[in-house]
Amino acid sequence: MAQTKAKGNYRAILKYVKGSWRFYALALLTSMMANVFTFLRPQVIRFTVDTVIGEEPDKLSGFMLNLYQAVGGREGLRSNLFFCAAAVVIVAVLEQLCSLVSRLTTSEASEGFVLRLRNALFSHIQKLPYQWHMENQTGDIIQRCTSDVETMRGFVTNQLLEVCRVVFLLVFAVSMMFPMNAMMTWVAIAFIPVIALYSGYFHKKISKKFREADEAEGVLSAAVQENLTGVRVVRPFGREKYEIERFDEKNNLFSELWVKLGYIMGAYWGVGDLFTGVQILTVLALGTVQTVRGAITLGEFLVFLSYNQTLSWPIRRLGRIISDMSKSGVSAERLAYILNSEEEKDKQNAVEAPMNRDISFQNVTYRFEGEKSVLDNVTFTIPAGSTFAILGGTGSGKSTLMHLLDRLYDLPEGCGKISVGNVNIQDMKRSWVRQNVGMVLQEPFLFSRTIEENIASVLSVKTSTEERLAQVKRAASIACVDDAIESFQDGYGTIVGERGVTLSGGQKQRVAIARMLLQKAPIMVFDDSLSAVDAETDSSIRKALHENLGGSTVILISHRITTLMQADTILVLEDGKIAEMGSHDQLLANNGIYKSIYDIQMNQEDREAAGL
Amino acid sequence: MASIQEEEYNKSLDLKIWAKMVPFFKPYWKELFGVIGLMLFSAVIDVFFPLMQSYAVDHFIVPGQLEGFSPFVASYFAMVAGQTAIVILFSRLSMVIEMRVGRDLKRAAFVHLQTLSFSYYNTTPVGYILARVMSDSGRISGMVSWGLVDMMWAIAYIIGAFISMSMLNIRLAGYVLLIVPFISILTVYFQKRILQGNREIRRVNSQITGAYNEGITGAKTSKTLVIEDKNFEDFSQLTSQMRRTSVHTAMLRAVYIPSIAFCSAIAVGFVLARGGYLVMNQVMAFGTLSAFISYAIGIVEPIQNVAGFLTDLVATQPNIERVSGLLEKTPDIVDSPEVIAKYGDSFEGKRENWEPIQGDIEFKDVSFKYPDGGDYVLRHFNLKIPAGTTVAIVGETGAGKSTLVNLACRFFEPTEGQVLIDGVDYRERSQLWLHSNIGYVLQNPHLFSGTVRENIRYGNLEATDEQIQEAAHKVSADTVVSKLEKGYDSDVGEGGDRLSTGEKQLISFARAVLADPRIFVLDEATSSIDTQTELLIQQAISHLLENRTSFLIAHRLSTIRQADLILVVRDGKIIEQGDHKSLLQKKGYYHSLYNQQFMEEAMMRKMQA
Repeated sequence: MAQTKAKGNYRAILKYVKGSWRFYALALLTSMMANVFTFLRPQVIRFTVDTVIGEEPDKLSGFMLNLYQAVGGREGLRSNLFFCAAAVVIVAVLEQLCSLVSRLTTSEASEGFVLRLRNALFSHIQKLPYQWHMENQTGDIIQRCTSDVETMRGFVTNQLLEVCRVVFLLVFAVSMMFPMNAMMTWVAIAFIPVIALYSGYFHKKISKKFREADEAEGVLSAAVQENLTGVRVVRPFGREKYEIERFDEKNNLFSELWVKLGYIMGAYWGVGDLFTGVQILTVLALGTVQTVRGAITLGEFLVFLSYNQTLSWPIRRLGRIISDMSKSGVSAERLAYILNSEEEKDKQNAVEAPMNRDISFQNVTYRFEGEKSVLDNVTFTIPAGSTFAILGGTGSGKSTLMHLLDRLYDLPEGCGKISVGNVNIQDMKRSWVRQNVGMVLQEPFLFSRTIEENIASVLSVKTSTEERLAQVKRAASIACVDDAIESFQDGYGTIVGERGVTLSGGQKQRVAIARMLLQKAPIMVFDDSLSAVDAETDSSIRKALHENLGGSTVILISHRITTLMQADTILVLEDGKIAEMGSHDQLLANNGIYKSIYDIQMNQEDREAAGL
Repeated sequence: MASIQEEEYNKSLDLKIWAKMVPFFKPYWKELFGVIGLMLFSAVIDVFFPLMQSYAVDHFIVPGQLEGFSPFVASYFAMVAGQTAIVILFSRLSMVIEMRVGRDLKRAAFVHLQTLSFSYYNTTPVGYILARVMSDSGRISGMVSWGLVDMMWAIAYIIGAFISMSMLNIRLAGYVLLIVPFISILTVYFQKRILQGNREIRRVNSQITGAYNEGITGAKTSKTLVIEDKNFEDFSQLTSQMRRTSVHTAMLRAVYIPSIAFCSAIAVGFVLARGGYLVMNQVMAFGTLSAFISYAIGIVEPIQNVAGFLTDLVATQPNIERVSGLLEKTPDIVDSPEVIAKYGDSFEGKRENWEPIQGDIEFKDVSFKYPDGGDYVLRHFNLKIPAGTTVAIVGETGAGKSTLVNLACRFFEPTEGQVLIDGVDYRERSQLWLHSNIGYVLQNPHLFSGTVRENIRYGNLEATDEQIQEAAHKVSADTVVSKLEKGYDSDVGEGGDRLSTGEKQLISFARAVLADPRIFVLDEATSSIDTQTELLIQQAISHLLENRTSFLIAHRLSTIRQADLILVVRDGKIIEQGDHKSLLQKKGYYHSLYNQQFMEEAMMRKMQA
């Protein structure tokens, strides 16, 4: 079970390797060729020293012998020694050429992989349900998208190729050794299953530790991210020391987990090296005894030993690779968690029904996990083209209603229905619904771009520059923010968001309103979006909106009676239930919650103080 | 004002930059020396292994006898065991160095970040900082603990081999030296470019981290606007740039390392030709050449490794530049050494020396402009706020209402002039002294991940559960709690995401109340709270603010009517001040603002009639 899951993790990640498989194949080929040349270079030098310069008889055969004789054999080479030097250089050129191509293709391949992986992560995260974003920590996700991606890059850059190289060398060495002496070869390779078993055991043991360490890194990263975002709370409370203590705890846990991992890995590598050393020793001892007894010749013995050397290197490497793979396995798992989370999906045959119709909420009931019911059997209709206002206590479920309408959350089965023009919005395409519901959030987010780009973000990229700016300016003036924008040094080119000018809460809200206006949606939602705006601006925005909105259905959420009172219908929510509904006059006559809020806001004293 | 100012670096490989990391490695010098010692020891054993093989041939096989075979096997085994022990110890020590240095670097960065001013946070994206704290620091410690040590081994090996070669034949060894200038030229040429490439990579890397941060925190907004694909397009430009830069840098590396290896192969070829000639003319013994060549072959690999390490090293310099750039960023607001000596620093206050704070605040000839440029927003401003005064600040959005509060709380300091608290310039006291006495409630309150209880307790870490509940009750935050299934132990989500803005405002209000500060700042603190709850809070506030100096920033004039002093701000300047009555009599801007609001209310009355 765990095995198949691990495979699934790798599969989720490694499919991004696919687009680069040609580069990989080439990288693999050239790196093996480079290996062959690396193996050959010392042989050429040795041959020159021992046979050409020294007295040893040559042991060449086939093509090499022909070549040797073609250049004049020993005598010919002795008089033209630079031939040998040239041979060394030629082999080196070929070796380095292969190495160069292999490095280039490897980087092409792995950068291509990382690019696709990063893009997939970003695009996928954007499309994950809002619920998912609520459940996961930003810092932790960022750690996965950066640090775990780096680990996977290492995996595909080095380990994948290395595994191939190791297998290649193993097969190469064993196939050379068997014909020479089967018995000794068996002894030599008898160690492989031992090391494989040991590595398997270790892999299991260390994976858990790697996961712990990686998770600790995620927690640490989230802690730093939160501290940075919350700096405006940390400072006024003078909580720097407390923050550092909490950070230290996580930082220490993370580093000590790794230190412990270092102990385990050290032990593992050490024991792996011990196995390899013992293997070489066994072959050396056995070979010596065999040779002394005359079972094999000295020459055979020496060649056999050199092949065993070739064999022991990959065995030794295998240990390192397996510990690295345990690490990348964890990273793959953490990334697969993101990639395998399900994106927001549309139903089959989702439609694009017209949205300039009546909106109806029928028996809508909704609750978040860990909370008592937010909405409790709410039923009402918003006639198309009307202005509809919602008033309600803090946490009474106003925003949730709107989030449901915009399909940020979906209503579960049997929890009622929201429909526009008698079509259930769950049967519509999600993007269609959102495009047609213009929504200004309570705490709007501006991107780190210019104000113009922020406002124009919903416009088609094909819109011409002049047209774009004109539209942006028009929207900004409806939202009463054009003066403020013009007063900035760079005007509409001012960069806002995280890395720019800090806008006041009210300016932010108004930029967000302007941005929403360009959506030109038949349904517009203002979720308490004038809360940070002063009364004067509030009323001029509403006036401008009224003149420019045309036939759109407008839904207003506010605590200010002055903002709501002109609406056609006002809904008063209390603890997730409809308390009252009607026009301003009807509600006043009702003498209910609305009336009492009205009274508070219309405070008698106020008028007196004004001398009226 | 425009885009983020990322420090620009253009030095080549610079030891001065590396020296900045020395203090971080110093505490681990024992481990570092241990690792280096182990590596050298390991190198010695490595040299002996091939000798063991020829020993076996010379002593057992050639004579055809096995006498002394057992001791031979035993000593070989001892060497293997020794090597095993070295690997075990070496990995432990290297990991200890890597992780502890990394830990210390992260800590230093984090601690320093706690002292940097708001002006830094206002202009630096969180993702950028996060990349420096987390990934840059890790790369530095990893490089030094594993890479630098490996490199020392390789260099030691090369030097050792070269000394041996010189002893065998000094002239031939001299020929080997001929490649040094070539290698140097290649190295200088490539390393400069590789360094540049790596800087670019790190720069784009932090942009990518920033983009992830923004993509995640702005996900809700992106969804409502249906601009996921557009965001993705922007992001993919970043990743494409990353790919281009990475491949380009990898290409430089791919050319550099083989060229170095090629140079060393030429040297070997040369030695072979020249040495062979010498042997054939009986100037040099065959054995000498054979040994010489062994060394010459042996150093090719380490030379190539050194080249590789060098590029890794160069790749690490941008990481160091970025981390030390952060560490060297001076906070705009610092306590003087005398103040720290008396009152303690921002982390550990010497509370025994702290004067109790009364809450008199005086702006004395204060002129101020924000550090990121622009005009003066205050000029020669004078204002006395006696302890216990409630000061309300009104004005249009973006008119600069927060400026005064920022100055009073010392989040920014006056460009000229002084702010006196209890008659003393606040720069003569520590920041922690002041901040420990401030309760700040923001319009967009930030809550930390954790429970409601933990969040309220942030105001006073020693508070009991009863005190927490009392504080919550005072500001009606208990109405929020009662809606949550687990009450005070409910998780609020990251940044308080699971609560509505109004609910967050209530919780953060309770947090400030629990802190029991002398100075209260309510910056639109109740803007998203419903009217009935707000009424309850307002009654509570008037009790709370008694005997405390407080600043109220609000739009709804009804909330500020009772303030002792009202400051009317327009275009960043204070244009009127006084109490409600006197301001209305003035018939100035306040009067018109008030009428504006009142007109609407009058309209309501009309509709009612």
